[in-house]
Amino acid sequence: MTVTARDKGLVACRECARVWPVGHAQCGVCGNALRSRDTQSLQKVWAWWIAGIIAYIPANLYPMLTTRTLFHTSEDTIIAGALDLAAHGSFGIAAIILIASVVIPLGKFFAIAYLALAVRQGARWPPGRQYVLYEVVEYIGRWSMIDVFVVAILCSLVQLNVAASITPGIAALTFALSVIFTMLSAQSLDPRLIWDRIETQDTKDPA
Amino acid sequence: MKDAAPPELDTLIACPKCDALYRVGVVNKGDRARCERCHTRLFTRRRDAGLVIITTAFASAVLVIAALFLPFIEIRRLGFSNAATIVDAALAFYGGPLFGLSLAVIALIIALPLTRLVLTIYTLTPLVLDRKPWPGAKRAFRFSEAMRPWSMAEIFVVGCAVSLIKLTDLARVEIGPAFWMFVAVVVLMAVQNMVMCRWSVWKALDR
Ligand SMILES: [Zn+2]
Repeated sequence: MTVTARDKGLVACRECARVWPVGHAQCGVCGNALRSRDTQSLQKVWAWWIAGIIAYIPANLYPMLTTRTLFHTSEDTIIAGALDLAAHGSFGIAAIILIASVVIPLGKFFAIAYLALAVRQGARWPPGRQYVLYEVVEYIGRWSMIDVFVVAILCSLVQLNVAASITPGIAALTFALSVIFTMLSAQSLDPRLIWDRIETQDTKDPA
Repeated sequence: MKDAAPPELDTLIACPKCDALYRVGVVNKGDRARCERCHTRLFTRRRDAGLVIITTAFASAVLVIAALFLPFIEIRRLGFSNAATIVDAALAFYGGPLFGLSLAVIALIIALPLTRLVLTIYTLTPLVLDRKPWPGAKRAFRFSEAMRPWSMAEIFVVGCAVSLIKLTDLARVEIGPAFWMFVAVVVLMAVQNMVMCRWSVWKALDR
């Protein structure tokens, strides 16, 4: 069984990996605040999670961008824009947009909720697999921002007078906020809480 | 306020992700270690890591600043043409209700990556020269590490690629020099990330 810093009456610094006797409030090496476990972790996770969902709803209902060409004007939401691309045969790009703006954000909401619930109530997945999920969420979450950058690039570039112009819609803002909130939500989860369950389970085992 | 650690704690290292505790002996150049439980990298001592990081950080900073003022994509349609620089893209939402989004995009693709590069050079240069750390080095390094997930230059580059393909339908598109400079920056930053060992830097800053 793994021995943790907490088992030894020590508190670890998450910034520089040094350990201190319990009761130390600040790391003497790097100045980081020391907490054996972030007890408010789950509250922060849920607060940012809810903010993220609230921002994600208008991001899907309102247009991400408005395209004007000589002959027509179209207002595209995220999903309509992707479907439009697919209709024109750009399946690859449509897939990237759908994955970055729909699959990843939704998957992230589910994953964070699952992890937060698992920390409190336990779950069927072993901590090792939960931790992999946590790492995936941390790594991939930032990439949802890609759609905001695409809108920024398109809007700055396509200003061709009457020939064509693209202007941003309000959904670009709420989508960006949603990505930022979910990143904060994932960052608020103290990963050590995921592993704590394995210890309590192990020590309770009669064998 | 800052008291020294009891000497016996000096040889311990706690995994920042799962709190597993390890005893480390003498760490030589070329040694590396991962957490047995969650496989998080504990330390990687590479030869000349500091020098590699400073050189690539310096090169990246020069490239980013130069790229700011060069076009990264140019488009033509029906006799109209337009070239956008990275600053243009960041300011796409400027003037209007989406003003805040412009600031966020500037921070994510220009300000934070550049700040991190400068702070990295500031922290590591005296260490490589075997001097005492410069004042505020610890705070600089802590801030730089905290900003790591928020520095999104690589996501912006992929966003450029997506926009390119999206635009081929609408207009003739040409890739500008700034795009390739940003691609180079992304590669250099990936090298830095690979070589950088947080534990070793803190160890050196604490001498
Ligand atoms: Zn510390």
